[in-house]
Amino acid sequence: MAEWFQDNGLLLGLALLDGLSSAGLIFLVAVGLNLVFGVLRIVNVAHGSLYAIGAYSAASIGLFLTSLGLPAWASLPVLLLSAALVGAILGPLIERLLLRRIYAQEEVVQLLVTFALFMILEDVQKLVWGVQPIHHDQAMKLLGTIDVPFGTDFIPFTNYQLFVLPGIAVVTLVGLAWFLRRTLTGRVIVAVTTDREAATAMGIDAAKIFLLTFTFGAMLAALGGALSSPTAALVPGIGAQTIVLSFAVVATAGLGQIEGAALTSLMMGLGRSIAVYFEPELEVVVPYIIMVLVLLVRPQGLFGVTETRRV
Amino acid sequence: MKRIEPILALALAGAIIAAAVAAPWLRFVLTIALAKGIAVMGILLLLRAGQVSFGHALYIAFGAYTVAFLAPRVGDAVVLLPLAALGAGALGLLIGLFVTRYRQIFFGMLNLAMSMVFYSLLEKLYHFTKGSDGIRVEIMPVAGQALDRIAYEWTIFGIALGLAFALGLLLRLYLASPMGEALAGIKTRETRLEFMGVPARGVLLSAYVLSAMVGGLGGALIALTSRHVTPLLAYWTSSGELVFIAILGGAGGVLGPFLGATAYELIRVYAAASFADAWQMILGASLLLVILFAPGGVWGMAARAVGGRGR
Repeated sequence: MAEWFQDNGLLLGLALLDGLSSAGLIFLVAVGLNLVFGVLRIVNVAHGSLYAIGAYSAASIGLFLTSLGLPAWASLPVLLLSAALVGAILGPLIERLLLRRIYAQEEVVQLLVTFALFMILEDVQKLVWGVQPIHHDQAMKLLGTIDVPFGTDFIPFTNYQLFVLPGIAVVTLVGLAWFLRRTLTGRVIVAVTTDREAATAMGIDAAKIFLLTFTFGAMLAALGGALSSPTAALVPGIGAQTIVLSFAVVATAGLGQIEGAALTSLMMGLGRSIAVYFEPELEVVVPYIIMVLVLLVRPQGLFGVTETRRV
Repeated sequence: MKRIEPILALALAGAIIAAAVAAPWLRFVLTIALAKGIAVMGILLLLRAGQVSFGHALYIAFGAYTVAFLAPRVGDAVVLLPLAALGAGALGLLIGLFVTRYRQIFFGMLNLAMSMVFYSLLEKLYHFTKGSDGIRVEIMPVAGQALDRIAYEWTIFGIALGLAFALGLLLRLYLASPMGEALAGIKTRETRLEFMGVPARGVLLSAYVLSAMVGGLGGALIALTSRHVTPLLAYWTSSGELVFIAILGGAGGVLGPFLGATAYELIRVYAAASFADAWQMILGASLLLVILFAPGGVWGMAARAVGGRGR
């Protein structure tokens, strides 16, 4: 064991740091998906497309503004703003024009509507941004790197991945928990999640809450994408990968669970990056292994609440 | 409606044969459509119980790879088809024992997870599966008869048509049997089913194994027709495609899957030929149109056209 650690310790350290930063991204996307599902009861397959469009838009807006002579320090706020913009435009558009028409439909139909939307957005994304990799890492370069002490050695790692990504994830987690538990709007959202009928009977305007929640969820997906854009080249297919991983997080965490999504994202982020460094073949499989193991022990998800059986 | 279903089936079969004779290139498209229709019958079974599997491409891929792996050793299509169906059935039993403990989104997502694990294995175990390059399947003898290319393609087309007919009849019988009625009971209220002494899980499991078998059979036919298998067969978008076809066809009758698969494949071929970059968008848009404006699917439209009611 000690010998193994001597040989592979640094690799493990790097895997842990990588895992932490990717867990932050996974959380942002998955928590949005979870929130939307909790309130609208629709599994939004197109959530992954919103992630991809958020990533591409952030890169394009960043590149455009840089060419206009935008100072380098502004590249970070631009990421956040472009994510908010994408969510604020596409969120209401999708909810009003599409989802609103199918709330009364069967679950499978709702799933397929978002699947159709996913197919459409996937091609829109290819038509707008092409299939060549797009790269814009100004925000990451701006913050430089840091030597993370690890045992007797140091691991060079970017500040952006070490502090910004997990930092924004933590701020989102705390902010969301505060918002849902302490503010009126937040409590209304929780009420609709728990019992839609009772909440509507109390006079809550469900339509407004749906619109609000979906837009917010879309912003979170776009934020995940925008923040990921400096760390990797953007290629077609990132939306599909992201949504499948987020599904796994949501099912493992339990539906409507914010803290559960955070813990699960951490497990999956770490599990996946450890796999990348030690058993690359297993990378894609690890999240599902975690998911199956968790569901075997807790069928309602890690933090899920068992529903009473209706007779 | 029930009475004219067989007449419609014969008419559809006649139309398919006529189209395949008139335009040789359609023969390929229609064989694939028949194969997918056979697989979609399995989706229909699960939909009857109100469950959506977002991972049935797993069984298609399993059937297809069974053919690809065993073709050099067995080398006869008539032997390979039942082998693929039985293999997929065995796998379905194994996975079904686990996934039938879950309902709704968990059921869908667990199936998705299983198919994605299979997909990654196909892609990563390059040594066995040749990774994303896939495996070629050579033209093989059918029932001991060595055939040239044209005769082989006609034979596989005939087998697919025959199987579609036979399995369609079987499915009709199954749905009308107590087992089939119990499936619908799972959708309406499972607890009541248990009160009557019907083991709901057993009912769902048997339907699941059947759906896996027809999936494997469909996959084997696809491998025999396209003569090339790749991991993409197991990707989650292929699973979505199956649910898509089920809804496109309309979940009403046994003919639905075949109407849906034919419509789907034709749209896909035309879209890919005329708009190479946007065929997914066109498919997605047609799905949206069907769901929003023709809720009964192609089957519903056909039913209205002949004057009956949708279901």
